[in-house]
Amino acid sequence: MRDALTGLGVSPGRTAGPAFRMAAPPTLPDTVPAVADVEAEKTLATKALTQVSSVLEELAARVDGEAAEVLATEAMMAADKTLADAVAAAVAGGRPAPWAIADAIGAQQETFTQLGGYFAERAADLADIRDRAVAHLLDEPMPGLPVPGRPYVLTADDLSPADTALLDPNSVLAIVTRRGGPTSHTAILARARGLPAVVGCAGILDVEDGAAVSVDGTTGEVTEIDESEVDGVREAAARERERLAALTGPGRTADGHAVPLVLNVGGVADVVADAEGVGLFRTEFLFLGRTSAPSVAEQERAYAELFGALGGRKVVVRTLDAGADKPLPFLGLAAEENPALGVRGLRVARAHPEVLAEQLEAIARAANATAADVWVMAPMVATTAEAEEFAAAVRTAGLPVAGAMIEVPAAALRANKLLEVVDFVSIGTNDLSQYTLAADRMNGDLADLLDPWQPAVLELVASCADAGRSTHKPVGVCGEAAGDPLLALVLVGMGVTSLSMSAPSVPAVRAMLAAHTLAECEHLARLALDAPDAVAARQAVAAATNG
Amino acid sequence: MPSRDVVVGSRVGLHGRPAKTVVGVAAAQPVAVRISTAGKPAVDASSILAVLSLGAKGGDTVTVEADGDGAEAALGAMVEILAQDLDAEPADA
Repeated sequence: MRDALTGLGVSPGRTAGPAFRMAAPPTLPDTVPAVADVEAEKTLATKALTQVSSVLEELAARVDGEAAEVLATEAMMAADKTLADAVAAAVAGGRPAPWAIADAIGAQQETFTQLGGYFAERAADLADIRDRAVAHLLDEPMPGLPVPGRPYVLTADDLSPADTALLDPNSVLAIVTRRGGPTSHTAILARARGLPAVVGCAGILDVEDGAAVSVDGTTGEVTEIDESEVDGVREAAARERERLAALTGPGRTADGHAVPLVLNVGGVADVVADAEGVGLFRTEFLFLGRTSAPSVAEQERAYAELFGALGGRKVVVRTLDAGADKPLPFLGLAAEENPALGVRGLRVARAHPEVLAEQLEAIARAANATAADVWVMAPMVATTAEAEEFAAAVRTAGLPVAGAMIEVPAAALRANKLLEVVDFVSIGTNDLSQYTLAADRMNGDLADLLDPWQPAVLELVASCADAGRSTHKPVGVCGEAAGDPLLALVLVGMGVTSLSMSAPSVPAVRAMLAAHTLAECEHLARLALDAPDAVAARQAVAAATNG
Repeated sequence: MPSRDVVVGSRVGLHGRPAKTVVGVAAAQPVAVRISTAGKPAVDASSILAVLSLGAKGGDTVTVEADGDGAEAALGAMVEILAQDLDAEPADA
């Protein structure tokens, strides 16, 4: 075995196979050749665009739903008359076909970017058309997913939404990217599809195409191995999956201390049959892409659909988590210099109290119509006063259980006071890491700082858990940290009372908990808290659990 | 030239599925159909890039125009499709 390339494990599971890189977009040569025959050059350019359009149409035919829609629209753009006219004009002005296409697309991108919002997002589709057309004309490899003809580990700088839409889970074994953090598009997609994934893996693009690698999406370890070792790793991983799948039932430690393992969901499709409940129901899906708020009746229907699927189980609903970083047109929020520090989460209710009031009314109606045990919590609470005001609004709506998310260090430091005014807290480790380490969640270069094993973050979690113990109120964790089996032990050892994660993470966490007593978890929590840094904390806990 | 004004019925505005549908209807007409928003020159309604470049939002008024045989019927078809909410399915989370 050669050196391990370490990144951040963002989707659990272990596998091995040949690595193949996402082809990089082609670059135009520095010297621009002269155009000898303008008409012939125009034909070349038109043919390239037509070719791109038909390839995109074929790709669209291979997928369904939203992805098909996106690709069909992109195919339409590639074959567009307006674009063809602009390209022809550029050729007539002396630009060779590849340059003419790049110029025309650049101008169109600028128009879209100026329109902003959803229109600006189409600039990325245009870039894809340009890259494909230029690659075709320069006879360079087509950018996009590799097609090695056998299952492979996909490596890339980062993945675009179009790439992820086309990704075939039958041929991709795992994903490793150089950039990206725990909440990147890659991470979210990989978890949803149950593919092991590592992001922020600095050396991954130095691995030769076809070289065998093993990938551990739990520890973040990526290792170049000998081809003869591949089958062994996969077989061991398959046995491990079988062992995990054989374990069922509620989450509990080896000595029977119950720790409900609940799900992070965006809708009823994410609920699995044997789930103990839902620890984080994200309600944004109802509001995205809307120019007016969804009506109370529409919201009630959507909430009741999820609640109904849960029977009498618990569901924690997070009220709308929008802001300048996740803009919603109907809120009319101004663009901000620092959206992460701006009007987001519960703060939106300062300007739009009616949106929160209507949402709570819809949740209350859906709760009354179903048997689910409905709890409600607010995102981005910073002060006790905010938590108190929110809890009052929840109770006014007729809902019995109100909580606050702990994502802001100010709230974590005052968890004991918060728990005097709310019934529970739930710690969102992704945002808590971002705000504690002052590191942008979207910045892949800072992935090490966003590691939930950072002792400063763990210390805040521990103090929240202490506050829960002294007030006898639940303290859950609903960030992706809860889905890391080793970290789950640490959280339970600190006194966290429930862990909420995406469904594919549950079996490994359940098995890990079942193999350790509460006293062992408490010991591991002390090891993690005493470690000098995130890497050492993980190593110390890993070493102690293997021993 | 015959023209008709219509309020964009798609709440998300003329992009994504609504834009694609509107462009498809325009392309199927026997006459050239042009479309404009207030203060902007009319553009080819059968060009997806031109239609997206309007940046038309839900509730905006747009003007469609066409000339020649079948122009009235073409405008009728355009008004009908533009007035609908073409993105009524809920967005995915």
